[in-house]
Amino acid sequence: MKPDLDATPRLAAGVRLNEKTQQHRMLLMPERVLRLNGPSLEIVLRCDGKNTVRQIAEELHKLYSTAEPQRITEDLVGYLAVLHKKRAIDF
Amino acid sequence: MSSTSTPLALIAELTHRCPLHCVYCSNPLELAKRKVELPTETWVRIFHEAATIGVLQADFTGGEPLARNDIVELVRAARKAGLYVSLITSGLPLDEGKLAALVEAGVDHVQLSFQGASEETGREISGTSTHPHKLRVLTWLKQHRIGVTLNFVIHRQNINELEGMLELVEEHQPGCVEFASVQYYGWGFTNRAGLLPTREQLDYCIATLKSAEAAFEGKTRVVFVVPDYYAKFPKACVGGWGRQLMLISPDGTALPCHAAMVIPGLSFDNVKEKSLREIWETSSAFRKFRGEDWMEEPCKSCDHRHQDFAGCRCQAFLLAGNPAATDPVCSLAPTRSNVDAILADIHRPVSPIPEEKRQWVYRPNPA
Repeated sequence: MKPDLDATPRLAAGVRLNEKTQQHRMLLMPERVLRLNGPSLEIVLRCDGKNTVRQIAEELHKLYSTAEPQRITEDLVGYLAVLHKKRAIDF
Repeated sequence: MSSTSTPLALIAELTHRCPLHCVYCSNPLELAKRKVELPTETWVRIFHEAATIGVLQADFTGGEPLARNDIVELVRAARKAGLYVSLITSGLPLDEGKLAALVEAGVDHVQLSFQGASEETGREISGTSTHPHKLRVLTWLKQHRIGVTLNFVIHRQNINELEGMLELVEEHQPGCVEFASVQYYGWGFTNRAGLLPTREQLDYCIATLKSAEAAFEGKTRVVFVVPDYYAKFPKACVGGWGRQLMLISPDGTALPCHAAMVIPGLSFDNVKEKSLREIWETSSAFRKFRGEDWMEEPCKSCDHRHQDFAGCRCQAFLLAGNPAATDPVCSLAPTRSNVDAILADIHRPVSPIPEEKRQWVYRPNPA
């Protein structure tokens, strides 16, 4: 399921980031871990239940200004749908 | 030791004490007594050592981990060390206050086991009354924002309750539900004749869970662990021997998996004498089947070896008498006929055994 642009994704119950001090940033979940880097980390850090998908997209547009904005938004929505299916986020 | 990866998960078998007597318990036949259990401070040291060598998750299990009086303290210590803490429990010793204390101490995820969808099945399998209390625990869990997994252990006697189990999932919407087929080691191996499902049951199970997976998408993740006697290729048991996880038994023995003690000739280290890192890197038991050099044909030259690591060493010993053999459940294994014979046996048309005549060997609660 794809999120609406006004949705406010947040980490699902039982899902959290590991400590900043560890070598790699990981999303810790029941029985699983997901390694985060680059854009995936930037996205997950913003899934706080306050930012809308639209706001997250705008921030990514600034971070990755050489990429086409429309493409970034599509990739973001696709990635959030994957995280939702994995039960890593709610929206 | 550059070829040694770091373990991801620590299975902390805190105790073998348990109020349930499940006929498929994954504990060894010889259960550890209370007096040999590690003290609190040793577990706390283990959690810190584990986090230092890269372990991310600690699974608190048993027996029943809540049988430890220091369980809240242990959860707090593991969280403080930086680990993700899962509590794998029957829920039986839990009350609302205890659950709140565990959540406050930082438990990330509770996996609650069910023996079936009815009180009768629960009683037959666990040798005690459990089901009504488990239903209460389910409602308490909803008061907290933590991960919840329902774990149904599936076998011949309860596959017919699958619909009822799915109704429970629908009603309570946990983040995950596992339908885990009994694994045939220890107590499950002893009671195998009454537990192995038929091919027909398995097909029904697969079809039912496939539609459940679609129906619950985005709400509850559905995981099905197949009974591997029916598999074409073996499971990548424990993600490969000595590759991803380390199990510490109640007395501090470090094992590559739950059942490793059945394999003759292995010598295990104990956390009371060595650090976790030293055990992970140098323990002869962990090195014995790590990598691929020990493999025999057909695994040695088979492309599947990178995915399944030749399957399960304990199963190879139990069913083929050789822990280095290809897992006998593999369709390419020279000993596959041993598994086929077991399956043929349970499909023989015999008059069904009346319930009062069924002979279970129940696991005791160690002193």
